Amino acid sequence: MSTEALFDINVTNVAYIVAAVLFIVGLKRLGSPATARSGNRLSAIGMLVAVLATVVGNDLASWEWILGGVIVGSGIGAYSARKVQMTAMPQLVALFNGFGGAASAVVATAELVRLIDRGDGIAEDVSITIMASVIVGGVTFTGSFIAFGKLQGLVTSRPVLLPVRNVINVALLIGMIASTVWLIVDPSITPFLIAGAIALALGVLVVIPIGGADMPVIIALLNSYSGIAGAATGFVLHNDVLIIAGSLVGASGLILTRIMTKAMNRSLANVMLGGFGVEDGAAAAGGDDDRPVRSIQAEDAATMLGYAQSVIFVPGYGLAVAQAQHQVRELADLLKARGISVRYAIHPVAGRMPGHMNVLLAEASVPYDELKDLDEINGEFQRTDVAVVIGANDVTNPAARTDTSSPIYGMPILNVDQAQSVIMMKRSMSSGFAGVQNELFFLDKTQMLFGDAKASVEKIIAEVKDL
Amino acid sequence: MFEADVLIAALTVFVLAIFVGYEVITKVPPTLHTPLMSGSNAISGIVIVGALLVAGQADGLTGQILGAVAVGLAMINVVGGFMVTDRMLKMFRRSGDKK
Repeated sequence: MSTEALFDINVTNVAYIVAAVLFIVGLKRLGSPATARSGNRLSAIGMLVAVLATVVGNDLASWEWILGGVIVGSGIGAYSARKVQMTAMPQLVALFNGFGGAASAVVATAELVRLIDRGDGIAEDVSITIMASVIVGGVTFTGSFIAFGKLQGLVTSRPVLLPVRNVINVALLIGMIASTVWLIVDPSITPFLIAGAIALALGVLVVIPIGGADMPVIIALLNSYSGIAGAATGFVLHNDVLIIAGSLVGASGLILTRIMTKAMNRSLANVMLGGFGVEDGAAAAGGDDDRPVRSIQAEDAATMLGYAQSVIFVPGYGLAVAQAQHQVRELADLLKARGISVRYAIHPVAGRMPGHMNVLLAEASVPYDELKDLDEINGEFQRTDVAVVIGANDVTNPAARTDTSSPIYGMPILNVDQAQSVIMMKRSMSSGFAGVQNELFFLDKTQMLFGDAKASVEKIIAEVKDL
Repeated sequence: MFEADVLIAALTVFVLAIFVGYEVITKVPPTLHTPLMSGSNAISGIVIVGALLVAGQADGLTGQILGAVAVGLAMINVVGGFMVTDRMLKMFRRSGDKK
């Protein structure tokens, strides 16, 4: 190796370190909304540095193929980033997780093909890391597409429980280990293809039993997997910047997964086993719900809100479905103009992905300092005149605090029931995802406002203007 | 021995990076969790580096096709991830900020 070649390699590696530092600083700047945008730009610059260093530092052949991939990939990425609606952000992130996993798996595949063609044999650690990359990447790929399908309504969002799924899963795991051992002993394409097929099947089987409202957990977990798959590819190629960036993403996804499961008071194992809400739902749905509720019309709701001193909005997934975020902000503006204090209480699992509500409300120009998380807002409900629940259910159920027999007992909830009065906007009396009836509906202070959230809020806006 | 050293060095980087990631990301407020996820999507697009390397070293047609596919998939994440994150982050404003 000439000194010149050595020098080139060093410059490339220095550039990789710069890229890794830019990623870390970029993520650090996501610590506040004020610096977040510049942080994202720093990460993007880090990516550019890494790509340029790779192109300059290596004598890359087949550049027409590379260019083709760059143009098509960038085009698809840019198009979907521009076009996606904020309500559909969970689907987009699910898809991107899937593409990330697939990219890692394909890189490992290409490396294996190259090593087999070269015919010098493959070191054990390379075989193992190739398998790790393909397996994690493959699971992420199909798992993410099932998650996308569930979010998009292409696949049922109910948990799908195969009769002998645990047996199948164990058999697949054994098959995976066996084919990895096979690849180490005999580096050929067959055991690799078997492991790849198993990983793809496993991705489907892991996500299909998981219900719609558990999607925040599974998206965060798949986000983590896509990072881990990248890190595994870094092991295959002995490339530190892949390992570092992959680990950062892996850690990020795991932290979000933990926040989500804690906010549901469930373990990750419980979420992954799936079927939540199925058994209990059957019993509760037809159960004891002849109890009377108070229902009101938009005019009364407008009077309650217009003459209140403080109002808290509690948005849930129903707000996203109804696309009512702009109307809610308009109503909030009207109330603020009347001197009323308005805030928003955001439960960590409101929506279909971590932070989903915050983005929707940001889109509607709600200032982020009005969005309060669980700990900040829960003490405030007692001093609040009206709490308006829009399309949220389980996260407001006081049974989580009091009823030890409830499936959601122990889950941290928003203390909506402590407000002076509650307006509950809902399409019907149906129970939430957990399949339990919300005790909040039956309180004396609760008024139900039935109908589409967007239409209801529009009516209230018109009425408040007339007050 | 040499191979084992390389593996240990890689594992060291891996473990340290996880700790750094943990420290940095626990400080991201809940209000930014969605941009965090899309932004980390973009960062996991770093596999573009691996994709470029395998595509550039490919000998046969299979390798070239796999390389091009990997480059394409990784670029979706890189370009789409950073752009959509930027689109979201520019919507976040404090009370009193101009629209």
